Amino acid sequence: MAKYTLRLRRYDPESGEPPYWDEHKVDLDPHRSVLDGILQARGLQDGTIGIRCSCRQGICGSCGVRINGKPGLACNTHLQSMTNGDGNVIVVEPLGNMPVIKDLIVDMDAVHWKKIQSVTPWLLGHEPVPEREYLVPREAMVDVTQSMACIQCGACVSDCLAMEVDPEFTGPAALAKTYRFVGDPRDAEHFERLRYVAEDPHGMYTCTHCFKCVEACPKDVNPMGQIMRLRRIAGADYDIDDRNNGYRHEHAFVKNIRRNGLLHEADLLPDSYGGKFHPRAVPELLSSLPVILKGLLRRKITPAKALLHPHKAPPDVRAIFDRIDGEAARYELNLYVTGTDEESPPTRGAGEPAAAREGAER
Amino acid sequence: MPEYDVLIIGAGLAGQRAALAAAQSGVSVAVVSKVHPVRSHSVAAAGGINAAISVSDDWRSHAYDTVKGSDYLGDQDAIEAMCREAPGEVMHLEHLGVTFHRNEQGELDLRAFGGASINRTAYVADITGQAILHVLYEQLLKYSGAIERYEEWFVTSLIRGEDGGCTGVVARNVRNGQMETFAAKSVILASGGAGQCFKPTTNALICTADGMAQALHAGAPLMDMEMIQYHPTTLLENGFLITEGARGEGAHLLNSQGERFMAQSAPNKMELASRDVVSRAEQTEINEGRGVGPDGAGVYLDITVVPRKRTLEALREIVNIGRDYAGVDITRDPIIVRPGQHYIMGGVRTDIHGRTPIDGLYAAGEVACVSVHGGNRLGANSLLDTLIFGHRAGEHAAERARSTPMPSVSDAQLRADAQMIEQILARPRKGRRVSELKDELGETMNRHCAVFRDATGLQSAYDTVKRLQEEAASAYIDDQGTVFNQDVLGAIELRYMLDAAEAIVLSAIERKESRGAQFRTDFPARNDAEWLKHINVRLGADGEKQLSYSPVTITQWQPEERKY
Repeated sequence: MAKYTLRLRRYDPESGEPPYWDEHKVDLDPHRSVLDGILQARGLQDGTIGIRCSCRQGICGSCGVRINGKPGLACNTHLQSMTNGDGNVIVVEPLGNMPVIKDLIVDMDAVHWKKIQSVTPWLLGHEPVPEREYLVPREAMVDVTQSMACIQCGACVSDCLAMEVDPEFTGPAALAKTYRFVGDPRDAEHFERLRYVAEDPHGMYTCTHCFKCVEACPKDVNPMGQIMRLRRIAGADYDIDDRNNGYRHEHAFVKNIRRNGLLHEADLLPDSYGGKFHPRAVPELLSSLPVILKGLLRRKITPAKALLHPHKAPPDVRAIFDRIDGEAARYELNLYVTGTDEESPPTRGAGEPAAAREGAER
Repeated sequence: MPEYDVLIIGAGLAGQRAALAAAQSGVSVAVVSKVHPVRSHSVAAAGGINAAISVSDDWRSHAYDTVKGSDYLGDQDAIEAMCREAPGEVMHLEHLGVTFHRNEQGELDLRAFGGASINRTAYVADITGQAILHVLYEQLLKYSGAIERYEEWFVTSLIRGEDGGCTGVVARNVRNGQMETFAAKSVILASGGAGQCFKPTTNALICTADGMAQALHAGAPLMDMEMIQYHPTTLLENGFLITEGARGEGAHLLNSQGERFMAQSAPNKMELASRDVVSRAEQTEINEGRGVGPDGAGVYLDITVVPRKRTLEALREIVNIGRDYAGVDITRDPIIVRPGQHYIMGGVRTDIHGRTPIDGLYAAGEVACVSVHGGNRLGANSLLDTLIFGHRAGEHAAERARSTPMPSVSDAQLRADAQMIEQILARPRKGRRVSELKDELGETMNRHCAVFRDATGLQSAYDTVKRLQEEAASAYIDDQGTVFNQDVLGAIELRYMLDAAEAIVLSAIERKESRGAQFRTDFPARNDAEWLKHINVRLGADGEKQLSYSPVTITQWQPEERKY
């Protein structure tokens, strides 16, 4: 057993008082969860502590909170992993980006569920509905199961930086839910779904690619990854215009490396806007003139290099591009589907459980 | 006062399925749940759902396996109905969007599961319950015009009319403490099981026997309450569930000698015998000193024999559980498991339409006892049970509502319940806290009402439950507020759990034989001559619990010796 101090952010809406900090000492094994600690405090010291919780094992999604400033589930966060050497103090606060109802309980309906509802969160299946199951590729079902694994805990919503700036942003959870249907071959409305999140000024192009939701997610749903996949599918398969020009920018990089083998920055900007003489590129180039001038003055670039990039991609680099272009289907890097390729044998045989136990205790 | 044709208590799989079925018939529907629907405990069901959908399978084979698994205590008419309708239900779920795992042909893949004579378990990795629950909730959102949702409303009572039928419910809005009377032509209990009567348990903190106690107090009988399932593979450290899917994928159980001890008690099915058989075998190893881990209180579950890639894809959740709660990479090392309380086969007695003996009151899912599970439930039959009988109850309740006038309901019960809550708030702060009593109840039940039972232990459990009932009447709480006062709800839940626990222990004392999950060391044999019957528990006029019997329905499978 070890002693921990839980420093809880408390708020009683009926008191008329502002939120305050409250400390409870609990005595638990280090591998027990922060939720176990809170429940011990609630059960034995102060029954007024408010927290939603149910399954205790990271599947119901009730106990999303911020622990030492990071969002996650109280039930699958170990006490020992959160101590900071400062007298074993663990700070627990309600999730961000959502109004607090009481103590650690936030109003999920007002934010999270409203956003989920905005993306038509149900299958719009192909007609006619088959008599038996829809026949679909095995990989497709495993793939959408990743976004289906979302337990709606709100951890990603809590720390979404884009939502902090734009509260109307559809957000990581609802966009992952969108991918769940766009990636599902049984759904008949991929284009409409993509167009909706693309045309919405608070839709998928509002994501700033900050990775906060990826870190926050306790179920490896990788919401940002799903958003990026939505963007790629929208651009590559449906010719949907990218409000942020990110799709063209990405392709400018690809074109650049394919041609030069190295990044040639002078080409990057015009290529991102359709080439040097494209009407969209002209204002961008003009607005970049001060930067270009500074670069010239400080000899970061020379006019010759900028205009006539001498380096050409070696055959090996071109071979990579040729091979990827030759693939029948676009390869989406998705670890959820493939697991790791490493297939090393188990460290010890099944017949040596005593040794295995030592392994387990390590 | 809100009025609905069909009002459903609980929004797990049974409740949501009932709501969708009732709404389909065009009646007005409300779902009242003490937690947000996706937090319901159905979310934790891992392994899959059984249905005879393979071309080489037949629903009769599924039904026979279920009858045999039930140790012949299951009612065969209900089992036949469930197994016959299973393939259609699974296809329906697939059409709604459940992301069932596929084989290379793109058809539903089927995995092996305990007690089944063929692979017939459809699955979504090891999050099948979550995948189905979330898809049904999507449908609830889709039909939100037809189905009213009362999320985070706690039911305090069922209301009974003058003729004894159920006419509505009283509930408290958890968010602001507001009490409300709901009038309803049909009420469906779908509020889940009673696992929190035990400690440890795989069940969520919300599984507090609410519906069973409410039904008991409304005059309905509880049946098969002695049949408590101990799941063979719960984590030694904290009792968390390790899905049977692990053994379905080929994992082994080993004792301290490294032996696959299932070879003795189930030479054919080995680790995939029915759960009662495997749990007893494990407990025997532990009791006879061949256990492993601290105090030798567990056995090894060796998943390393399953290809690593397959484990990462199909047993993803338990990879996380092993890592997060036991510090073990299950693809590399065995983990230590033990039998742990998991499910209650018993519940509110219903017929195959979900009807309880109380007019207008239905029940479906774990709160109910149809009885399709009898003495022992097969893995992956519980999701099926919730959906089939949720569907049936929803349809029948809607049909009943169409020919029934809206009952007129007074606010007498609301006043009584409000007063009950006031009294809990006003209890003096002395004696013991609610949480302490709950812990004592759970530990007592787990000591005396587990895999092996005997008269002495059960009597001692009964005495403890009766004492705790007295103490619970004055157990104190801290929270005086109205917003999310979870403290006061905990006090009510404790009362519910003590009612259910008493019914469990009484039934276990009564059944003087060993059948299914009930193993009496003082009556180690099955005794069909005397005990091939259900035990019912009712509340008598004096408020005491009374026992009676009801027959087991046998259609085509006579009791035989059970071998795996």
